Amino acid sequence: MTNSEKPKLAMYWSASCGGCEISVLNIHEKILTVDEVFDVAFFPCIADFKVKDVEAYPDDHITVCLWNGAIRNSEGEEMAHLLRKKSQFMVAFGSCAYEGCIPALSNLTSKEATFDTVYKNNPTLDNPKGFIPTTSVQVPEGELTIPEFYNTVKSLDQVVDVDYYLPGCPPEPHQIWAVLQVIVGALLEGAPLPPKGSIVGVTNVAVCEECDLKKDEKTITRFYRPYEIVPEASVCLLEQGLMCMGPATRGGCGALCPEVGIGCRGCYGPMPGVEDQGGKMLSAIASVIGAGDETMEDDELEREIQAVVDTIADPAGTFYRFSMAHSLLQRAKVNGSNGKGEAA
Amino acid sequence: MTEQFEPVIVGFLCNWCSYRAADLAGTARIKYAPNLRSIRTMCTGRVDPQFILKALRDGADGVLVAGCHPGECHYVNGNIKATRRFVLLRKVLNQLGVEDERVQLLWASASEGIRLAEKVDEMTEALRALGPLNWEEKVLHRNNGHEAAEAIAVLEEV
Repeated sequence: MTNSEKPKLAMYWSASCGGCEISVLNIHEKILTVDEVFDVAFFPCIADFKVKDVEAYPDDHITVCLWNGAIRNSEGEEMAHLLRKKSQFMVAFGSCAYEGCIPALSNLTSKEATFDTVYKNNPTLDNPKGFIPTTSVQVPEGELTIPEFYNTVKSLDQVVDVDYYLPGCPPEPHQIWAVLQVIVGALLEGAPLPPKGSIVGVTNVAVCEECDLKKDEKTITRFYRPYEIVPEASVCLLEQGLMCMGPATRGGCGALCPEVGIGCRGCYGPMPGVEDQGGKMLSAIASVIGAGDETMEDDELEREIQAVVDTIADPAGTFYRFSMAHSLLQRAKVNGSNGKGEAA
Repeated sequence: MTEQFEPVIVGFLCNWCSYRAADLAGTARIKYAPNLRSIRTMCTGRVDPQFILKALRDGADGVLVAGCHPGECHYVNGNIKATRRFVLLRKVLNQLGVEDERVQLLWASASEGIRLAEKVDEMTEALRALGPLNWEEKVLHRNNGHEAAEAIAVLEEV
């Protein structure tokens, strides 16, 4: 099955939800073309391969590996190294691999606090002896081991060399198809590939640019959470006080979320040239806060602005919802003033 | 450790007020802590939050953003925008476990060299009490000496 001359395709997952695999299958009938062009060499979600199969491949045997998921434990790290060695092109597929995504929000807290919530202090738990996972345990039959859970979630490129990035949570099917076409074109017709390190399947404008909602002057005196108001249709959500990451998020999705009344979550990552999406979003939001002017005394100025800022729930978790692992600070300092990632 | 910890403060000083305040502090020979590393920006409104985050990651123990008093901005309201960013950034940094003392905002006009000097003194003391931030090593556990130690281990094997 893997002995033909067809290029080989692999897809593997680490800390992720599996939505990326579904989005690959969601390119509809074009999946048949993918099957025509590629041999599947490793794809645990849809085909039965074992790690030992991959280990047995010669280096660079796999043409393209789509890696989906953040690096959260030693298993993810080990597999990333293995697949990097066996693949010619390593693609960070989806937001988790690209910049950490939802799993990396746990970088706002510590491993201990995460274990505490998951295994000890949670009303739905029954764990009277307070067991938490350990990497190795002795049982009568011998030693049992599980991968080590890391304190900090990393993006794929913080662990291995990455050739291309395909953002999105998950990437949009038409973008996946466009990227696969480029790769297929290069393999079959010798068309040029994008330079190494390119972010593919995106546009070079912000989500706002792709969004059809009517935009006007923005001055916000109070932010609302989605359940608190019913937004007016066809008017910019940010102008209505609903948090929307559109101004600081790269386009490519076609502004799907704002157009159905949900503020952009930010899953396509930062704009080109921006290192820290959260910092840029913070800047954009601060510039539309409608409080404080140059006639105010220092104290009054800060107080008025603080009152508006206080209506933003969980700003770090909102601005860095997808990009925590790839942000400048990457994680929280846990023994600081408030290391639990809670808004003070 | 008997040596006193000397914090590094990165200062983003606005061209029209606080950078001149620092100049004045110098020409007036005001004695103050030598811990400030000044960077001149045209306005506090030019200070992108990324600058502050990058300074903190790359080794600063604190960041001081200083500019004209409200109402006196050369660009009318650049300092008001800076205040909005600062207040929001402070909340985000709090979630990231960065103490309030580490990132501060100050208004010092071109004639207030003494005000700037006093703030630097005060901030230096506050940071000394908090201790080094050392983000790369203490938070990200990226030990800069780690690779060197590995290299030595390799050499020893040979």
